[in-house]
Amino acid sequence: MLSKSQAKVFFLGGTIVTFAIFLGLSWNSLSNEVPKRTHEENLTPQVIAGKHIWEKNNCMGCHTILGEGAYYAPELTKVYERRGEAYIKAALMSKTPWAPRGRQMVAYALSEQEANDVVAFLKWIGNVDLNGFPPKPDLKK
Amino acid sequence: MKYKSQKVAYWFFALSMLLLSLQIIYGFIMAFAHMGYDVLHQITPFNTARAVHTNLLVVWLLSGFMGAAYYIIPEEAEHELVSVKLAYIQLITLAIVGVVAIVGYHFNYWEGRKFLEIPRPLDWLVVVNVLTFLGIILMTLFKGKKRTTTSLVLTMGLVFAALLYLPGMIWFDNQTMDSFFRWWVVHLWVEGVWELIMGGILAFLLIKITGVDREVIEKWLYVIVGLTFISGILGTGHHYYYIGVGKAWLIIGGIFSALEPLAFLGMALFAIAMYRKGEKKHPNKIALSWTLGTAIVSFVGAGFLGLAHTLPGVNMYTHGTLVTAMHGHLAFWGAYGMIVLAFISYSLPNLTGRKYYDTITGLLAFWLSNIGMIGMTVAFGVAGVAQVYLERKVGLEFGEVQKEIQVHFVVLAICATFFTTGIVCYIYEFVKYGTPNDEALETIKN
Ligand code: HEM
Ligand code: HEM
Ligand SMILES: [Fe+2]
Repeated sequence: MLSKSQAKVFFLGGTIVTFAIFLGLSWNSLSNEVPKRTHEENLTPQVIAGKHIWEKNNCMGCHTILGEGAYYAPELTKVYERRGEAYIKAALMSKTPWAPRGRQMVAYALSEQEANDVVAFLKWIGNVDLNGFPPKPDLKK
Repeated sequence: MKYKSQKVAYWFFALSMLLLSLQIIYGFIMAFAHMGYDVLHQITPFNTARAVHTNLLVVWLLSGFMGAAYYIIPEEAEHELVSVKLAYIQLITLAIVGVVAIVGYHFNYWEGRKFLEIPRPLDWLVVVNVLTFLGIILMTLFKGKKRTTTSLVLTMGLVFAALLYLPGMIWFDNQTMDSFFRWWVVHLWVEGVWELIMGGILAFLLIKITGVDREVIEKWLYVIVGLTFISGILGTGHHYYYIGVGKAWLIIGGIFSALEPLAFLGMALFAIAMYRKGEKKHPNKIALSWTLGTAIVSFVGAGFLGLAHTLPGVNMYTHGTLVTAMHGHLAFWGAYGMIVLAFISYSLPNLTGRKYYDTITGLLAFWLSNIGMIGMTVAFGVAGVAQVYLERKVGLEFGEVQKEIQVHFVVLAICATFFTTGIVCYIYEFVKYGTPNDEALETIKN
């Protein structure tokens, strides 16, 4: 039967090997895949400013983006394609809570400039290659 | 209790109880918002309630782990904590940082990254706090007579958890990079190093409660934490399917994350086997229920419900829906909530010298909270599956779908009421025990 010291070797050995593979794969993803798939050349100062606003207001506390966040409000990775610029800006600049279907969004009352930054960020993220996420609804008539 | 300095653990547990109560209140705020009663929108919009709910969860669990470590390490190392005064300072600063963060969330002071909302300046205070904690633990181990496997695994878990907090503090311009490293914290915590903490605490409890030989228990502990890391580290890939990195992760993440339940299955079988094998029957029945409970419920919540949506083909549809919330609740509860409550139930009699080993309220606390939480899991699950079908298969609008599934949040709130009643019973018992005292050194040793 397995002894305690063999069990210890299993633990330490397994950890070191899998962790080394993990670091290698991560390094490959970050240096070779991310720049292309996310179109890093399009990360303009405006997109970055938009990301700042996105984070400062914890938009992820209600919405998901890249499928991560909260489940209270719609997934926004493809919102630029779905709704277009004017709609998004209206929601962001509204001085009263935006509530198209009853659920209220915080009234951020962003300036025109800030709203443009967020739109730029959402437009950028809409073009990231996500291996097919979100799926196309295949039962839609 | 064998060492005077173990008493400090009690106050960490008391902080845990307080934060758990607050967490539940914010849970109800969100449940009502999902039902269509977002009445507190002006003061506590959904994103505030959510950040508070999840951060309180993490802090009450950490406070529980720290308390457990302050109790376990002296006993395992056979040495008093090197500085009780520093431990109290560490407790108070932990509480202050927690409170400041949570108040800040009501005033738009946060970072907007799920689970890591604590703003950067406060992150540094967390780092100092955790370093103080680790300093006390490591120095005690160093000066102690013994370094047992149980204490080493526990300490390793705590040290790695601290290290893994750091990747969450790097600033990235690219959302994909942000997400990539967010998982180094979130995933490698709950499906990696926290399992070492859980395993260490579980091993300690089993040694004390079942009386099975330490060598046997610690051998299996190595096997379990070995399985954890071998599957869990590469299992991180199950969060990299759809965030803008390559397709290799679909295969690696799929295979290794599908193996992750083995560690939890191991934990469950291990606890049951040791219980059967044990000759000594410890009189603390309630601690025994929680100990076996955590091993079993963590397998269901983390292992089984994790497996349910971890394969790429399934995750494509369930990613970022209420299905995730279903799994998140039972996994956090079973693995980490219950291990903390198990430890508190075990240690309170020893700290206070009062033997409420088998009370009705204690048993009610166990059963009501668990039945309530399982009901909540079912409610989230039904809502989640309906959401996936209507939104991602049929293609209805998000908002339309949410109206269809509102009713499941009524069920959620009802089950949450059962859960809360259980927690009220638990806290009632906690208060009834009173505070720790030195007489307990004489009366109850284990
Ligand atoms: C105690 C252990 C665990 C806890 C506390 C836990 C908790 C969570 C939480 C809170 C999330 C949401 C994270 C976020 O979006 O930021 C999550 C996601 C996920 N978990 Fe776990 N989990 C555990 C174990 C597991 C295991 C063992 C598996 C697989 C077998 C698993 C599979 C998943 C998957 C696939 C997701 C992503 C869901 C999505 O795409 O939206 N989890 N988990
Ligand atoms: C009265 C009890 C509770 C209620 C009503 C409740 C309700 C909720 C709701 C509505 C959400 C947000 C889902 C969304 O984004 O739309 C949530 C998130 C969460 N809650 Fe609770 N909760 C309760 C207790 C707990 C407990 C005891 C735990 C842990 C042991 C917990 C862990 C979590 C986690 C980890 C999340 C994030 C899930 C994710 O992002 O996938 N909750 N809760
Ligand atoms: Fe994970």
